[in-house]
Amino acid sequence: MNEERSNPEGHTRQPQVALFVTCLADLFRPSVAFDSIKLLERAGCSVVVPTQQTCCGQPAYNSGDYDATVPLAKQVIEMLEPADYVVVPSGSCAGMICHHYPRLLDGQWQRRAQDLATRTYELTTFLTDIAPLPPRKVKTAALPPVTYHDSCAGLRELAIREQPRRLLRDMCGVEVNEMQQTDVCCGFGGTFCAKMPEISAKMASDKVNNAVATGARILAGGDLGCLLNLAGRARRMGETIEVRHVAELLSGDLAGPAIGEGK
Amino acid sequence: MEMNSQAFLENAREALGDPEKAKRRDIMAAFTPMVRNAAMESFGKFEPLRQHVRRVRQHTLDNLDHYLDLFEKEALSNGNHVHYAMDGEEMNRIVLDICQRHGARRIAKGKSMVTEETGLSRHLEGAGLNVTETDLGEYIVQQAGEPPSHIVGPALHKSAAEVRELFLSRHDLGERELDETAQLVKEARGVLRQKFLEADVGIIGANALVAENGYSMLVTNEGNGDLCANLPPVLIVCTTMERILPRAEDATAMMRLLVRSATGQPHTCYTSFYSGPRREQDTDGPVETHFVLLDDKRTDILASDYREMLQCIRCGACLNHCPIYTATGGHAYGAVYMGPMGSVLTPLLTSLEESHLLPNACTGCGRCAEVCPSGIPLPDLLRDLRHAEQAAKLSPRRWRQGLKIHAWLARHPRIYHGLTALGIPLLHRLGRRRGAFSKLPLAGGWTSQRDFPAPQRKTFMQAYSNVVKAEKKRQRND
Repeated sequence: MNEERSNPEGHTRQPQVALFVTCLADLFRPSVAFDSIKLLERAGCSVVVPTQQTCCGQPAYNSGDYDATVPLAKQVIEMLEPADYVVVPSGSCAGMICHHYPRLLDGQWQRRAQDLATRTYELTTFLTDIAPLPPRKVKTAALPPVTYHDSCAGLRELAIREQPRRLLRDMCGVEVNEMQQTDVCCGFGGTFCAKMPEISAKMASDKVNNAVATGARILAGGDLGCLLNLAGRARRMGETIEVRHVAELLSGDLAGPAIGEGK
Repeated sequence: MEMNSQAFLENAREALGDPEKAKRRDIMAAFTPMVRNAAMESFGKFEPLRQHVRRVRQHTLDNLDHYLDLFEKEALSNGNHVHYAMDGEEMNRIVLDICQRHGARRIAKGKSMVTEETGLSRHLEGAGLNVTETDLGEYIVQQAGEPPSHIVGPALHKSAAEVRELFLSRHDLGERELDETAQLVKEARGVLRQKFLEADVGIIGANALVAENGYSMLVTNEGNGDLCANLPPVLIVCTTMERILPRAEDATAMMRLLVRSATGQPHTCYTSFYSGPRREQDTDGPVETHFVLLDDKRTDILASDYREMLQCIRCGACLNHCPIYTATGGHAYGAVYMGPMGSVLTPLLTSLEESHLLPNACTGCGRCAEVCPSGIPLPDLLRDLRHAEQAAKLSPRRWRQGLKIHAWLARHPRIYHGLTALGIPLLHRLGRRRGAFSKLPLAGGWTSQRDFPAPQRKTFMQAYSNVVKAEKKRQRND
């Protein structure tokens, strides 16, 4: 599939990447995971998908059920640690592995969590900083105007901001139409959106309105939690802006319906 | 609105239902972070100073017994009286006692969240004293009979038109024009000036207590704190022990972060240090001064996993940056402290039973921790409180069980994948035409406000195993 290339440690074998699909991509948007595989392979990686994976444990963890999260975290660490790198098409799940597993675990497990954290990356960061996507000739007219939602965990736990913008510029020839208040939460917050639906909806409406005000036709982002929330809210508001994961844009996977869209 | 933290959701619904007020909050939500960020950018030293002050305060909390002794010694040698109150009731009693000993009838009071906590004004008024809040925002909410909606801007929820109506009904000043904000301020200044001159006792709070010299520090923009402190013959400073800092320069370092974080100013109009009663050579100042230091659970917090919360300097930046606070306003929290810092403090100062909903008023977005000048990991503390809530079985049973089942399934991949491989294709078939569901069983929390996007044809794991099988078959045939 790919010719061999130097990986960052100077080895000549292909870097082996374990893809952590995330439960939301697994259940709602498998195309995001397939697009991620495609992009990683294009960047010269050999991709494995551990088949035992389910969820990183954020629902229980953020609801305060640490006891239920610990065994799940250990299971994820055990499953992912053989790989050179772990790549996650979500800032919040990558943040869970990088920041919250070490916080949650102690002793030997904490050390294993810390080690895994040094090799775990969110997709767009990996494709800019670790295994850069090779430049590609693209039909630049292909994409309508795009605006970008910075998910909170990605932005604040992993400093993801420039990475997706740079990839969209280099791969798709698109400059992001920036919206107002890009650093404000969309109101998803995991179980928050179901526990406090009215407040969550107010936040999602603000985000959708800010996105629509840019004139963009696509609202892209790197976290399916936020995107499902925003797509669902946009539909309820009667807005037709397309909501898509950034991996779909980068791999040119725009033929199918956007999130929450019918045939 | 109910002053009850467990009514947070109903209060929030009510607040969101008033479009005019919601719009004013939206304007503040855009404005306050902007001025704070501008101030920090031009300052340029936010992060190093934050780390420095954080270390100083950690050191102070680690050695609180030492610095408290030192502060007391210095304050006494300056001629102050120093009192300790274990709880709010005791603080109120000590203050009332001082007032009654002086036969005081009129009290001029500066802004102090600690006295909001103890309900001091109510207590003093109950004993027949006349208490006037002299911070303009506090004065407005006092006249309206409301609690503060913000720890720095107590009347931020009020429009100028509402303040005008309030002043017309509360001030017996006859026919007058009150259409301009400046006219409102002028009227309040005139009314308050009289209150300062008449006051028998002044009560203020403190932003810092300086151990090395026994001084207290106060920042205000209106100078009302200084008038409370200097005009009446008796001054009472009500505060808590975690305000202590070792040196005066630590207090000024903290002040540089506090003011920029609170209002975006490089410094407030007035920064004052109060040493004690008037000395022989002084021409003015109070003749008797007291410090009343409240504990009320601070010792417990210091010994707990939540001790970082004692580093809070009450700047209000976490409120201004919290999308939930700015959506609902402060009154929805039904507590003295609101927003992220309030959602941590309220359960610690009252009880988890009375306020366990508040730590759930958080999406974990982390904007509060990013701007917190004390570097308090507020989202982590809020999650830890949800852990305590969950462990005490205070969260809804349905949620607890649902999350337990989900976590159990996630630990059993074969069963998880088997079940999702059945459910997802079904959901896809039902929803593919429209692309989303407007109603779905068991998802009422979601679908009450937004559509539920339908999944693609199969789960990834299903689709991927087919790809792998096809690849193997192809390899065999080659």
